[in-house]
Amino acid sequence: MAQGTLPLKPPAEVEAPPLTLGQMAWRRFRRHKLAMAGSVVMILLLVYAFGGAFFLSEEYANFTDTSIRLIGPTAGHLFGTDTVGRDILARTIYGGQISLLIGLAAAIVQVILGIVIGAFSGYYGGWIDSVLMRFAEAIMIVPTLFLLLVMAKFFGGQIPELTILGRTFSGSVVVIILIIGLTSWPRLARIVRAEFLALKENEFVVAARAIGTRPLEIIFRHILPNTIAPIVVTATLGVANAILAEAYISFLGLGVQPPTATWGNMITGATNYIESAWWLWFFPGLLILFTVLSINFIGDGLRDALDPRSRPS
Amino acid sequence: MGRYVIRRLLQAIPLLFIISIILFVLMQNMGDPLATLGGRQPTRSEDRARLARQLGLDKPLYTQYFYWLVGNDWTMIDVDGDGVAETEGRRKGVLRGDFGTSLVSRGRSATEIIFERIPNTLLLMIPAELITIVIALVIGIYSALRQYSAIDNVVTTISFVGLAMPIFFVALGLVYVFAILFQRWGLPSLPANGMFDPRIGRSPGQLLIHMILPITTIAFISFAGYSRYIRSAMLEVISQDYIRTARAKGLSSRYVLYTHALKNAALPIVTLIGLNLPFLLAGAVVTESIFAWPGMGRLFLDHLGRSDTPVVMGILLLTAIAVIVFQLLTDITYALLDPRIRYD
Repeated sequence: MAQGTLPLKPPAEVEAPPLTLGQMAWRRFRRHKLAMAGSVVMILLLVYAFGGAFFLSEEYANFTDTSIRLIGPTAGHLFGTDTVGRDILARTIYGGQISLLIGLAAAIVQVILGIVIGAFSGYYGGWIDSVLMRFAEAIMIVPTLFLLLVMAKFFGGQIPELTILGRTFSGSVVVIILIIGLTSWPRLARIVRAEFLALKENEFVVAARAIGTRPLEIIFRHILPNTIAPIVVTATLGVANAILAEAYISFLGLGVQPPTATWGNMITGATNYIESAWWLWFFPGLLILFTVLSINFIGDGLRDALDPRSRPS
Repeated sequence: MGRYVIRRLLQAIPLLFIISIILFVLMQNMGDPLATLGGRQPTRSEDRARLARQLGLDKPLYTQYFYWLVGNDWTMIDVDGDGVAETEGRRKGVLRGDFGTSLVSRGRSATEIIFERIPNTLLLMIPAELITIVIALVIGIYSALRQYSAIDNVVTTISFVGLAMPIFFVALGLVYVFAILFQRWGLPSLPANGMFDPRIGRSPGQLLIHMILPITTIAFISFAGYSRYIRSAMLEVISQDYIRTARAKGLSSRYVLYTHALKNAALPIVTLIGLNLPFLLAGAVVTESIFAWPGMGRLFLDHLGRSDTPVVMGILLLTAIAVIVFQLLTDITYALLDPRIRYD
């Protein structure tokens, strides 16, 4: 019995394995020029804020010497000095660390609250949904800046100084992170809720429920991964909004307290020196602008990459 | 429609309750409003007790909220501290339009203080909003019709930058260039502080010059969002089949633009404007504090700093009500613009 004499020819072209969601997203993201530019600028800013720390110490950034106050940009002080003679270049480095940290941490608080509240609201419906959503709407009818200022005043000065990784932070950093997170979750919660409302009727959820999967597992393991695209985009833009919010609160004097620098609180009081010292507000302001701009571009790219159906707005 | 409006207004009531309770509780920890009442000297402790009693600040939180909400003119309060309530309460409560008496400006009602400032804020907001809408409409539509043209790219870049710019950066930049540098160069410069030059006095001309910089600041920031939004709303509409049909029928492109495209793009644009308007009030906080403009934003900051609960609560609630009213107006405009939308 001669069988199998016909040699099985290997296919001329080996088919590439199917791309994962991440690979497809990365391909689309790479094509988005502005998003790639934004990523590069963002990396440079991170290098500036965290790498700069190796060249200038924090003691130097907080060192006051009023004999050299309000010196314009010179070779010794590239960005000039502030009203008490601190070096602005060094302060933008350490202020950048705090501003970026606040942006990231506040976005994490926002995402956790938004996901949990939105998911429970959408999955359970009924009175849980009503209560949570009325709460979200109640927060949304007060302009965020008002709410932030009231909360900043409320929690202000209640948290003592903290020492993390050998650095001492003003407790107001934690306060700002919390209040930005606490005021920004409703929008994300509504997005997540809408996704859950649509997804929970799908067969895979019905099947999971039929075999007795616990509700928490259905929510977080079965439904949540399907809503990841809008969450990632909102979280990215949330970082930018948090950095801006911190800048506003600190600018108005209710945010992070000196000597801990942030890009926002470095500009506090610059109005009084507008005639003599433009460098007080120019450099920190420019850094905020670059950061927010590049994060927005990245967010735009992520939106196109993760959800090709969505139109670029 | 009437029933819909009533239902929406009824739905707003619990929202206002929730947020007023949250804010009232937050306001209690704002520092000590009595600390500054003694003038230059620190308040003496017997004065402190008396003032707290008179202002009702010695009551438990829920009583304070209750009095704030419904007033206390139906009950007797203890003012002289002998434990016997013999004086008639005077407050009418928020539900009857009485936001209480300011703790900082003694004897003046919060409503009076707030409404004194609202016109100043509107003086900035309304022109800024009108200018923004007109420019954003023209440019947004133009860049949608000429997508990826040079002007479209420039506008897109400007709007991205505008969206990322903190208001104070724009404001300080404008002040530096148009008030400081122009003066230094001997060019006609613009004033950057207040509403009037005290040496010249109050005149409409003075007011106008003082309005230019703050209005430009606000308009620049809102222009970024608006033009981008109008552009994408237009882009979506002009790719629709009915636009192609209208063009294919041989209608002039101007006619297609004004009667077919713009009408349909109006819906999202109305949403944007309607929902954005009340939030401009909050955006005014930063602008007003930089330009020393005596509006509601400055009032909010000043009185928040001195823990003046009635005034701060008044501003917050009035803004919240404005947000709700504008949301409702937006939805009503929907029904007027789009016959497919019916609320009953």
